[in-house]
Amino acid sequence: MDRSDADLIAAVLGGDTASFEPLIIKYSPRVFATARRYARRESEVEDIVQEVWSKAFHKLNSFRAEAPFEHWLMRMAVRTCFDFLRSHQRNREQTFTELTDSEHDWLERFAVAPADRSGDAAAARLLVERLMEQLSPSARLIITLLELEDRSVKEISQLTGWSIPLVKVRAFRARAQMKKCLAKIGREKYV
Amino acid sequence: MRMNLAALQEKLLAVARERPPADHVPYAFEKRVMARLASAKPEDLWSMWGSALWRGAAACLTVAVLLTVFAFAQEQASSATNLSQVYDSTVSTAADQLTDSW
Repeated sequence: MDRSDADLIAAVLGGDTASFEPLIIKYSPRVFATARRYARRESEVEDIVQEVWSKAFHKLNSFRAEAPFEHWLMRMAVRTCFDFLRSHQRNREQTFTELTDSEHDWLERFAVAPADRSGDAAAARLLVERLMEQLSPSARLIITLLELEDRSVKEISQLTGWSIPLVKVRAFRARAQMKKCLAKIGREKYV
Repeated sequence: MRMNLAALQEKLLAVARERPPADHVPYAFEKRVMARLASAKPEDLWSMWGSALWRGAAACLTVAVLLTVFAFAQEQASSATNLSQVYDSTVSTAADQLTDSW
């Protein structure tokens, strides 16, 4: 019989470490999907998710059953992903002259017919990844949560631990940063 | 040819939303996590105490530096006041002497 999350957590806190494994099996897909938004390499993704589970295990005694375990775990996952972004800030000043042919073609097609939906989706996704890599860690986190995962400001505040006004300010700045990066495409490609 | 950047941004975000990242879990991932948890060293109370002491020492040092700077600034302000008083008394003494000599 499947044990509930509460039973498994109680068992782990009581010293039965093996009871943690069913929680890992149950919630890892969601954690992996989250981590894949922030890291490209699969090795980095697995490192992030292992770190999330390690933190969850060591801080399990701080879990209050006021909200579902999944919410508590996802908060930890988002914050771990943010720490990863901050520790892996690369030189973000890459130019868009390094675009592949398919990305160039996608942009050309967009410039001619913006409403055309038949473009190469893979090329568009590569462009999005490049764009996201240009953003600061907080901008990237906010854009991912707000625009890609369609979360509310209140949810983002709960996930990140930032106050609601701070989330709003960062969202405003993140959108401005994104527009600046896109303007760079326009300058490099068409000037 | 100029591009509508707002439309470009919206279109790129829409494409990213359409296909969320995969949620597959690598084979035997949970075994690796459990092995990592089992091999982690148990928390050493003495090293935790030591790191807490270091943090306390850093906080005390910061407070000490701030108080020193504050005390130094106060002293500078009071010596500046003394200088102005000395100047005043010098000038007024000189003026009194001039008056007396007339």
